[in-house]
Amino acid sequence: MPFGLIKHGLAKTYPFRRDIPAPHELKDSYDVVIIGGGGHGLATAYYLAQKFGIDNVAVLEKGYLGGGNTGRNTAIIRSNYLTTEGVRFYDESVRLYRELSNELDFNILYSERGHLTLAHTDSALRSMRWRAEVNKHLGVESELVFPDDIAKLCSCLNLSDDVRYPILGALYHAPGAIARHDAVAWGYAAGASRHGVELHQETEVLSMDISDNAVTGIVTNRGRIKCGYIVQAVAGFSSLLSKMAGFQLPIRTIPLQACVSQPLKPILDPIVVSGSLHVYVSQSDRGEFVMGGSTDPYPLYSTRSSLEFMEGLMAHILELFPFLSETKVLRQWAGMADMTPDFAPIMGLSPVSNYYIDAGWGTWGFKATPVCGLRMAELVATGIVPDVLRPFALGRFSAFDLVGEKGAASVGH
Amino acid sequence: MKIMNCPLNGPRNISEFIFGGEVINEPDPTACSDEDWANYVFIENNTAGVVQEWWFHVATAFWFIAERDTRTDEIICTYSPKRVHDKQEERGV
Ligand SMILES: Cc1cc2nc3c(=O)[nH]c(=O)nc-3n(C[C@H](O)[C@H](O)[C@H](O)COP(=O)(O)OP(=O)(O)OC[C@H]3O[C@@H](n4cnc5c(N)ncnc54)[C@H](O)[C@@H]3O)c2cc1C
Repeated sequence: MPFGLIKHGLAKTYPFRRDIPAPHELKDSYDVVIIGGGGHGLATAYYLAQKFGIDNVAVLEKGYLGGGNTGRNTAIIRSNYLTTEGVRFYDESVRLYRELSNELDFNILYSERGHLTLAHTDSALRSMRWRAEVNKHLGVESELVFPDDIAKLCSCLNLSDDVRYPILGALYHAPGAIARHDAVAWGYAAGASRHGVELHQETEVLSMDISDNAVTGIVTNRGRIKCGYIVQAVAGFSSLLSKMAGFQLPIRTIPLQACVSQPLKPILDPIVVSGSLHVYVSQSDRGEFVMGGSTDPYPLYSTRSSLEFMEGLMAHILELFPFLSETKVLRQWAGMADMTPDFAPIMGLSPVSNYYIDAGWGTWGFKATPVCGLRMAELVATGIVPDVLRPFALGRFSAFDLVGEKGAASVGH
Repeated sequence: MKIMNCPLNGPRNISEFIFGGEVINEPDPTACSDEDWANYVFIENNTAGVVQEWWFHVATAFWFIAERDTRTDEIICTYSPKRVHDKQEERGV
C-alpha cells in the first residue's frame, strides 16, 4: 500500500473509484423493491445480495442516499438496554458494527469511547443497577460507577454538588461507540451496488397498486414498476407509505433536533448522556461537540430547527460542561423521528402479504442499522420471521403485548 | 417563541401547552372488539396536512381544539371543544 501511494503521488491522475454507479433508467420489474435509501434500506439491500444471493433489487430514495435520519443522527451505538429482547438485538448490532469497516471495505470511523448514562436521583441509580445486572447477565459489559470513577473516566464533567441536578452515579457501558453516519450509508450503498443492487436516488414512491392483499406495482415519479416483495424503511414517513399500502401504524412523526459546536481540541473521550437533563454529548473526530436533546413537544413533518430547543438544551449542557459557555454553535438541524408508544421498533410482516415493514425507529435506530439490515434481508429471503425480530411485530399492539423498553426513553440513544 | 392562541387565555407561548393527540371518536368500550379498542388506543392517523388536535393549557387546565398544518406548523385556528360537541349534537352524532 505505501508503495502504491508513492506511485499515485507521482502520477498526474489519481485513479478514480466510483462507489455508487451513475443513475440509469428503472427496469420494469424487480424481485425486491426497498423504499427508502437510508442506512436501514441500504443495509437490507446489501445483505439481500451479499448473503442471500438476491440481487434483482432496487432501492428507491426520494432524495439522496443517507439524507434522512441516517445523516442527521448523533451516531451513538450501544447495547445497554433494559429488556432481554432489546439487549440481545442491539448486542448483535454492536458486534456487526465492530467488523463493518472490514466487511464493507469502507472506513466508517467506528470509535469505541465508553458510554456514561448519568443518574441524578436515587430512583435513576436504582434503575441503572437493574440495567447493569440485566446487561451482565446477557454478557454485555455494563456497570454502575460512582463520582470517583466518573471523574477518572471524564475529567471535564462538572461533578460539583452545587448544581440543580448533582451527579450521583452513572451506568458505564465500555463498548459504547460513535461512527460516521454518512459512511455507514455510503459503505452499504457501495457494497450493495458491487453485488448488483440498483440504487435510484430522486425516485419517490407516490402510490401503490394493490390486488388480492398484495402490492403488485409501485408508482414513482419516474414511472411504474412491478415488484415481487417490498420492504418499507422510511423512518418519519412510515405512516404515509403504509397508508399507500393500505394499513395504519401506531406511529407519530416528531422532530428530533441536534447541533454541533465549533471544533475544540480533544477533551471529551466518553459519550455522556443524562436522561433527567435530556442531554447527550460526544466529541467527534473533528473536535466538534455533538449535542442532542429530547424530541420536540409535538408532531411535525418538517426538519426546521427552533430556538426553544437550543436554549433548553444549552441550559443543561452548561450545567454539565460549564467550560463550553464561550463556545459557538456551528450548525443546528432536525430529523423526523417515527415514534412508537412503547419506544420499540416495528419490524417484520405487515397486513399486506408481500410487504415487509421496518419502522418505528424513532430516536434510536442508527445503532440498529446492521442487525436490522441483516435480519430484514433474512426475512425477505426465507419468508420466516427471525427470532430476534419476533418481539417487535406490528401485531403486538392489537394483542396488548408491548415491549416496554424503558432503557430507551426519548433521549440517550 | 412560537405563539398559540388559547380560546380561554389568548395568545401564549407554545411551551405553556401540551399536545394531546388528534381528535378522534372514542368507540364504546363495552361494545367494541378488542381490536377496535387497540386501534383506538394505539393507531395514529399521523396525517401530513391540516389536522384537528387536542391541546391543553397547563396553567389553567383548559383543553381545547386546534387546527394545525403538520407540514408547516401553521396554527390555522383554535376553539373550545364545545363548538365541536354542539355541531355533533346538531347532526345527531
Ligand atoms: C437528531 C437525531 C439524532 C439521533 N441520534 C441517534 C443516535 O445517537 N443513535 C441512534 O441509534 N439513533 C439515533 N437517531 C435515530 C436514527 O437516526 C434513525 O432511527 C435511523 O437513522 C433510521 O434509519 P432509516 O434508514 O430507517 O431512515 P432514514 O435514514 O430517515 O431513511 C429513510 C429514507 O426514506 C426516504 N423516503 C421517505 N419517503 C419516501 C418515498 N415516498 N419514496 C422514496 N423514498 C422515501 C427518505 O428520503 C429517507 O432518506 C437519531 C435521529 C435524529 C433525527
